[in-house]
Amino acid sequence: MLGVVRQKMLGQSLPKIRPVVSVLRSYSSAAKQMTVRDALNSALDEEMSADPKVFLMGEEVGEYQGAYKISKGLLDKYGPERVRDTPITEAGFAGIGVGAAYYGLKPVVEFMTFNFSMQAIDHIINSAAKSNYMSAGQMSVPIVFRGPNGAAAGVGAQHSQCYAAWYASCPGLKVLTPYSSEDARGLLKAAIRDPDPVVFLENELLYGESFPVSDEVLDSSFCLPIGKAKIERVGRDVTITAFSKMVGHALKAAEILEKDGIDAEVINLRSIRPLDRSTINASVRKTNRLITVEEGFPQHGVGAEICASVVEESFAYLDAPVERIAGADIPMPYAANLERMAVPQVEDIVRAAKRACYRSVPLAAAA
Amino acid sequence: MAFCSRNSRNIINNLKSKVGLSRLMKPSSDCCYTSCLNNTNRCRFLAPQLRNPDSHSQNKGHFFCFQRFQSTTTEQHFASLPNGEHNQVLDFPGGNVVFSPEMQFLSESPGVYNPCYRVLDDNGQLISNSIFVQVSEEIAVKMYSNMATLQILDTIFYEAQRQGRISFYATTIGEEAINIASAAALTADDIVVPQYREPGVLLWRGFTLQEFANQCFGNKDDYGKGRQMPIHYGSNKHNYFTVSSTIATQIPHAVGAAYSLKMDKRDACAVTYFGDGGTSEGDFHAALNFAAVTESPVIFICRNNGWAISTPTSDQFRSDGIAVRGQAYGVRSIRVDGNDALAMYSAVHTAREMAVHEHRPILIEAVTYRVGHHSTSDDSTKYRPANEIEWWRMERDPVTRFRKWIETNGWWSGEAESQLRSSIQNQLLQAIQIAERAEKPPVKDLFTDVYDNIPWHLREQEKMVRETINRHPKDYPADVPF
Repeated sequence: MLGVVRQKMLGQSLPKIRPVVSVLRSYSSAAKQMTVRDALNSALDEEMSADPKVFLMGEEVGEYQGAYKISKGLLDKYGPERVRDTPITEAGFAGIGVGAAYYGLKPVVEFMTFNFSMQAIDHIINSAAKSNYMSAGQMSVPIVFRGPNGAAAGVGAQHSQCYAAWYASCPGLKVLTPYSSEDARGLLKAAIRDPDPVVFLENELLYGESFPVSDEVLDSSFCLPIGKAKIERVGRDVTITAFSKMVGHALKAAEILEKDGIDAEVINLRSIRPLDRSTINASVRKTNRLITVEEGFPQHGVGAEICASVVEESFAYLDAPVERIAGADIPMPYAANLERMAVPQVEDIVRAAKRACYRSVPLAAAA
Repeated sequence: MAFCSRNSRNIINNLKSKVGLSRLMKPSSDCCYTSCLNNTNRCRFLAPQLRNPDSHSQNKGHFFCFQRFQSTTTEQHFASLPNGEHNQVLDFPGGNVVFSPEMQFLSESPGVYNPCYRVLDDNGQLISNSIFVQVSEEIAVKMYSNMATLQILDTIFYEAQRQGRISFYATTIGEEAINIASAAALTADDIVVPQYREPGVLLWRGFTLQEFANQCFGNKDDYGKGRQMPIHYGSNKHNYFTVSSTIATQIPHAVGAAYSLKMDKRDACAVTYFGDGGTSEGDFHAALNFAAVTESPVIFICRNNGWAISTPTSDQFRSDGIAVRGQAYGVRSIRVDGNDALAMYSAVHTAREMAVHEHRPILIEAVTYRVGHHSTSDDSTKYRPANEIEWWRMERDPVTRFRKWIETNGWWSGEAESQLRSSIQNQLLQAIQIAERAEKPPVKDLFTDVYDNIPWHLREQEKMVRETINRHPKDYPADVPF
């Protein structure tokens, strides 16, 4: 059954594939555009070139060029030993990746979506995350588990869950959530170089989006620090935290709020574990209001942790209750109209920000 | 079943003369005669025709048993058979498939059980015409000493747990030969990925009695820094991955390590151990499949000891043991008498050569018996008869069996025996005393190794813990360094 659904997903992703734009390293001052897909591909390429221990493993990563074409061209360049197509067994290849990491290689294990990582979650948590501690430093696991996470478009309940909160609750793991191409390049490189196991949560709908990238970002030594959030938009009146696709929504919401005289500060978390609590708290101490945005289920989500952190450290600075915007507490429906209502929209963020600023606002969204 | 094999022999001879079958049945290293016999089990479903071995249609039916091994030559023979157009070979992506108009199910059980390789009889005497790898006196004596040491170590630590001095223990009683003989056949560069009933492998590689005791007591000298329960040994310098309690997860780990060894072109293999119960886990199947596809130099050693806590093998699986599963995945396999140290040594030695030089996985099913309880949390007399346990402990003890063999060779004596036993006993009791009195790991070891570098929030927590201890020194245990 899995095979049938995956075919359907691949069918859907094909129209989104554009011809690969080769990354030009010209020295003009105009900012270049780069898709997230190319950002990830170039990051993988450069890290594999720089370190022979790095290798890629997953379903369809080789001959098919990657289920979402993220690993395009890598099989031809590095050969089947370093770009390994696997049988259909997430538990199997996650375990094998961990074994290779125990030995000292640096595997990058791709899950076609993180929904399938649930098949391998024992290896991610018990074999990867906890091993350095349980072995008292004798067995480190420099592995990266990456793949698309969260909702796509019309893929239903078993292909739309966000796993950020699940993995971020586990000590021993690092969890990263890139938004832009700069994030994708810098964080993936950092993840591959990091000696700890990293869960790298991408987003299928972001793969095709273009972002401006500076020359510094395009350099092969570019790297972003793990555990540092980025303030995408400086503001004074309300702090909006978001990660992955929701950063785009938050920025659009900020533009709408500006017209209403509310100056929102948007924080792109970039790293869910470790969470950049100091940046979040510094921002809240400045604005006194906080909205957290995430795509995943509301209970025990990322927003809950951020809220707890702010209440613990900056309670006196809050002028309004912290509000969490999250996905609806239901398995993701398929029909397009229902799916739209199950995922946070820009209007939801705008309304929440207004409530935090004491503006009167209708509570529920109209259908 | 007996009926089937008797007739199948007639049929084989019949066919041999009629179609020059002997050419087809080339015993290569990949397919032995035994598996041919297993295939003829299909004749069950043609029972009415069996009584008439001369009928052509029946011959045609049985002919299919042997086609799996030589698909190219069969084409020529088909031309000479009547109704040849049914017997084409077609090249599907899934494999070269030979068609048959007769509906033949592969039987769920073999006509003949997979034979078990042994070299020493129950009295430790060499079986005549046995094939084995010769072992020098030095190695044989070292093997025996280690087996005896393992037995004594297990007995003493088990008692220490009963006395409340350590929290938990699991013995390897009955499986000493598997542990020591397999370890002896490997090199120090081979990576060992254990389950939890293989401390003997670590013992062979030089882990000292004191090091075992330190881990069990969780003191500051434990290489595991007191992080895990007893028997969860691990040592980088001995190439022995730290024991993890999760069942069968180590099997794909071993394949990953083996794949890495192959990528690095090292003259070494990965070896992993698991029990009969562990073969039910998904990880076992994924790992074997993967190892075959990636052609990784890994040896899978299954300790089929009859019990997974209280679950007997009859409730665990219905296949003819474990080795036959290897074949299904395209992995070369063998079943060995796990209580015969010489057979184990020979099998593992040969397996290692194949794994390393041919880049292939090997599966070894070592049949044995778990004499001890599953662990100190178990009382196995609740689910199996006490006299069965006693019989295996006394009559089928692998340590005694091997001792008889080295005594026959003049390499061991009763004097050496009592000397060894009392010396080990004394060393162990001393090691335990030292381990028990040693300090526990320091407070800082609570917070290190979660990540490569200690993150700020854990450093803060450590600071807070120390401040609390300073405020309430009387509540803090004396044997935990600060």
